[in-house]
Amino acid sequence: MKWKNLIKVAFKSIMKNRMRSLLTVLGIIIGVGAVIALVSIGQGASASIEKQISGLGSNLLMIFPGERRTGGVSYGAQSHRSITLDDYKRLEQETTLLKGISPMIRAGGQVIAGDKNWATNVSGVSPSYLEIRDWGMDKGEFITPRDVLSRRKVAVLGKTVAKELFGDQDPVGQRIRIRNIPFVVNGVLKERGQSVMGQDQDDVILSPYTTVLYRMSDGQNINTIMVSAISIEKMDAASEEIKSILRSAHKIQPGEDDDFNIRSQTDIVETATSVTGIMTMVLSAIAGVSLLVGGIGIMNIMLVSVTERTREIGIRLAIGARGGDILIQFLIEAVILSMLGGLIGILSGIGIGKLISNLINITTIVDPFIVFGAFFFSGAVGIFFGFYPAMKASRLNPIDALRYE
Amino acid sequence: MHTIDLQNITKVYDMGGDVEVHALRGVNLQIKKGEFVAIMGASGSGKSTLMNMIGCLDSPTRGDYYLDGVYVNTLDKHELADIRNKKIGFVFQGFNLIPRTTALENVELPLLYNRTERIKDPKKLAVEALIRVGLKDRMDHEPNRLSGGQQQRVTIARALVNQPSIILADEPTGNLDSVTSIEVMSVFQELNQEGITIILVTHEHDIADYAKRIIMLRDGHIIKDEPITNVRSAKDDLAALQNERNIRGLGEKEEMTL
Repeated sequence: MKWKNLIKVAFKSIMKNRMRSLLTVLGIIIGVGAVIALVSIGQGASASIEKQISGLGSNLLMIFPGERRTGGVSYGAQSHRSITLDDYKRLEQETTLLKGISPMIRAGGQVIAGDKNWATNVSGVSPSYLEIRDWGMDKGEFITPRDVLSRRKVAVLGKTVAKELFGDQDPVGQRIRIRNIPFVVNGVLKERGQSVMGQDQDDVILSPYTTVLYRMSDGQNINTIMVSAISIEKMDAASEEIKSILRSAHKIQPGEDDDFNIRSQTDIVETATSVTGIMTMVLSAIAGVSLLVGGIGIMNIMLVSVTERTREIGIRLAIGARGGDILIQFLIEAVILSMLGGLIGILSGIGIGKLISNLINITTIVDPFIVFGAFFFSGAVGIFFGFYPAMKASRLNPIDALRYE
Repeated sequence: MHTIDLQNITKVYDMGGDVEVHALRGVNLQIKKGEFVAIMGASGSGKSTLMNMIGCLDSPTRGDYYLDGVYVNTLDKHELADIRNKKIGFVFQGFNLIPRTTALENVELPLLYNRTERIKDPKKLAVEALIRVGLKDRMDHEPNRLSGGQQQRVTIARALVNQPSIILADEPTGNLDSVTSIEVMSVFQELNQEGITIILVTHEHDIADYAKRIIMLRDGHIIKDEPITNVRSAKDDLAALQNERNIRGLGEKEEMTL
């Protein structure tokens, strides 16, 4: 039998029982559809996560205070105020593998400008911060070394703060009050958007770290030190260097734990990838289960079809069809059935993905590899679950099959 | 050389336990090319088993079967399928057409399963076979839109299409009324006149009378094997019936006018 005829016979049989065929492949439609929809959304999401992570700044390392323990009780990360201005100064002088270094001292507060006010974070940073974070200025100037030295009360506004306090007006040169301390606006940062965690990164005021440390904080403790290594290859070496400097500064004996944590961008990327990995595994499980159920449905209906068409099989065998001809015929029918299901599933999956992305405003990426994979996998399901019924059909005894009522 | 040569064929069905059914008990039968043989017998006489044997659907327990000089006993199932495809045309009682498939496609089917030779234009051969059985106008009809007689003609066309050595007809008129039965028999007689060997299984004497040779089976033995001296012509019978009907039809009309 030629392929053309086999495919024609298979289509005829599928179209004869349209409703039954549709219900049969529903499992495959749902499985493939769910996978395609979720993978498109998931890939869209992880693409935007990766974009944001790389937006944190290049070669970025962050040094956090460690946990505090008293008699075995842990107070959790950053409970220990172990990073100080001295640490920062020492690092600034002693490291050789860093391109830039900036402390980060956070203070919250109400900001007032004219008749408007806004609650935001004020971060004390060094002039290198802009480069470390891979950020840029929209208007005006960033903090200068002179500003740091003389603890000037100057502020650089994030886009959101600028908009909230000044609207369409140019804030550069304007006066604002932070916790009732008067500041002069030196510049406005470029818009940066949401962070990985969903925070508005533009809702911030940057000021010289000396100003924040001595006027708004305790004059000693630093929340974070941010550094950027001279290259991505030197990041591990830079991390080791920082570790040894801080360990000697803190007089930590060999064998004792660090009282600080160094985290790099790759850690964050790894976290995000592991989340994506878990999602992929969950999706594969969903796909596997629904394709299994779908496949069993196909096997079931193919067995029914073989029984219904016993007489037809008998006729075909009597007029000279070999067992193999019958096997191929039913196998092709099962494969076409499941591939049709896969096709409908792919189309509805793409549709659902688009719909959801419109509803919650995220981008979706339809990966052609996943689409082809889903299509061929559904075909493979057809072969696997269609084989037993087809085998059964091909082994019928022509005499019995012809007598079958 | 005989087209069919059955030598001392025995068929025993093992029904499980000690129960054995002897369907055929040493049948010897030779059929030459161009014969028209009717096999008769009551149910259980072994005629269906004999039919399946000749049609290469079943194999004998003992004895030898030669079809066109080929020793059938030793063929495997693939070779048997090819022999059924090439040398035997089947016509069954229940019409046995494939549903939702046009007459033409049904007739084409044996050509599509033909592995032994390349057929250039199966459609043309199928059309020719359908014309031969007088179904030129019904080729695109599906079986459910054909009458019983027409369906049986499609089956005959399908049996013919691979130019087989024999046509095996198992109760071909079993489901047909008497006039249609005679019509079908006239198709068989025409084909036989063209030189095709026909073997017909029937339990109706009226039908068997259209053959040239009659074989009677009882309990797995051939009890009678003789030529029919006075072969009836299905065509003549059909014409006579038509006449009779016309006259009766006229009579009815006269009654109405009275």
